[in-house]
Amino acid sequence: MGDAPESGHEHEHGHQHPPSPAALRVKAIETLLTEKGLVDPAALDAIVETYAHKVGPRNGARVVARAWSDPAFLQRLRADATAAVAELGYEGRQGEHLIAVENDARTYNLVVCTLCSCYPWPVLGLPPAWYKSEAYRARAVIDPRGVLREFGLELPEETELRVWDSTAEIRYLVLPQRPAGSEGLSEEALAELVTRDSMIGTGLARAPAEAGR
Amino acid sequence: MNGAHDLGGMQGFGPVPIERDEPVFHADWEARALAVTLAMAAWGKWNIDASRHAREAEPPAVYLGRSYYERWIEALGKLMVARGLVSEAELARGTPDPGTARATPPLRAEGVAAMLRRGGPTERPAETPPRFAPGQAVRAVNRHPEGHTRLPRYARGRLGEVLLHHGAHVFADANAHFLGEQPRHLYAVRFSARELWGPEAHPRDSVTLDLWEPHLEPA
Repeated sequence: MGDAPESGHEHEHGHQHPPSPAALRVKAIETLLTEKGLVDPAALDAIVETYAHKVGPRNGARVVARAWSDPAFLQRLRADATAAVAELGYEGRQGEHLIAVENDARTYNLVVCTLCSCYPWPVLGLPPAWYKSEAYRARAVIDPRGVLREFGLELPEETELRVWDSTAEIRYLVLPQRPAGSEGLSEEALAELVTRDSMIGTGLARAPAEAGR
Repeated sequence: MNGAHDLGGMQGFGPVPIERDEPVFHADWEARALAVTLAMAAWGKWNIDASRHAREAEPPAVYLGRSYYERWIEALGKLMVARGLVSEAELARGTPDPGTARATPPLRAEGVAAMLRRGGPTERPAETPPRFAPGQAVRAVNRHPEGHTRLPRYARGRLGEVLLHHGAHVFADANAHFLGEQPRHLYAVRFSARELWGPEAHPRDSVTLDLWEPHLEPA
């Protein structure tokens, strides 16, 4: 989740590739803007550091674990998810207006942004590449059960599947079902069961036996 | 605009490219593209809707030929030129025009955390009472504006039901063109999968979109 990019991997073997056109383009723009005094390179470093290491799906996992353990918090999350999530210190850019959508025995939720790649950054970090892919954006609305199958999830016929297309500035966080066998686990242990995909809706929370694998 | 960005329901892209344990960034330049884009927004010369419009206002083949962060960086270039922060020549050359005074960046490293924490809330005081209420049947308008719109093609003309009223929010379709925020009531509207995709769709499935009042008419 918060690991450093492994972009330098092939360089260690002495086969250094020339920079891609995109890399050169970004470098040229950053250099120009720095020379013009339009950006502070240290501010750029701080932004990268934030999203590479500080903000990620562990935030959302703590929100879900709290909702599973604390009925009063769950009520507040239902009433005003933005305020409830802010209690844990998560707020701001691309999470200004949050709504938690709950899975239960009959209902399953899946989040997409067909028009761009809107995603609740404060609780999940930056979206994974597949979330931004044309295939996911195109198919999550017309073939959501087929998409879920590719993630290894066969949704029962009788389940009601609710897809949320994030077309405004409301950001949706899926509250996955609490897995069986997780009774009595601490909030911290519960958070370990909450995967990023389970909060997008492309997966389930892990069973306690799977955790730590 | 009926651009390539309006992907909902398109076919032919193949399986979702799922990647196990993928990194946050796949190359350093992606991280820099994100950072430069966020830092330049601090100048306040455009807004998030104008940014989205700049990314999507490309010929379909160009849009689809670019990766996510390539779309970001090319849109940033267009916006900076259009809003007078850099010249066309500077962007092409990569160095400042001779004799230009050095600016002072509005965003410093110490201000980054506060800027991200503040974000950009879009809810505004309502200027009119809401036209629709949860439970009400509505139809998405069948319009095809050449400018920015957050009403995707696949929902246009379709019958849905208001699920939630989110209050009044900055109207993206206007704000993207620097026409002011024009706050409008925003609703979560649920469409059955069968209404959107026909009789072969699953009878219990639905898609919910957040749509502004101008996107809707009473059914």
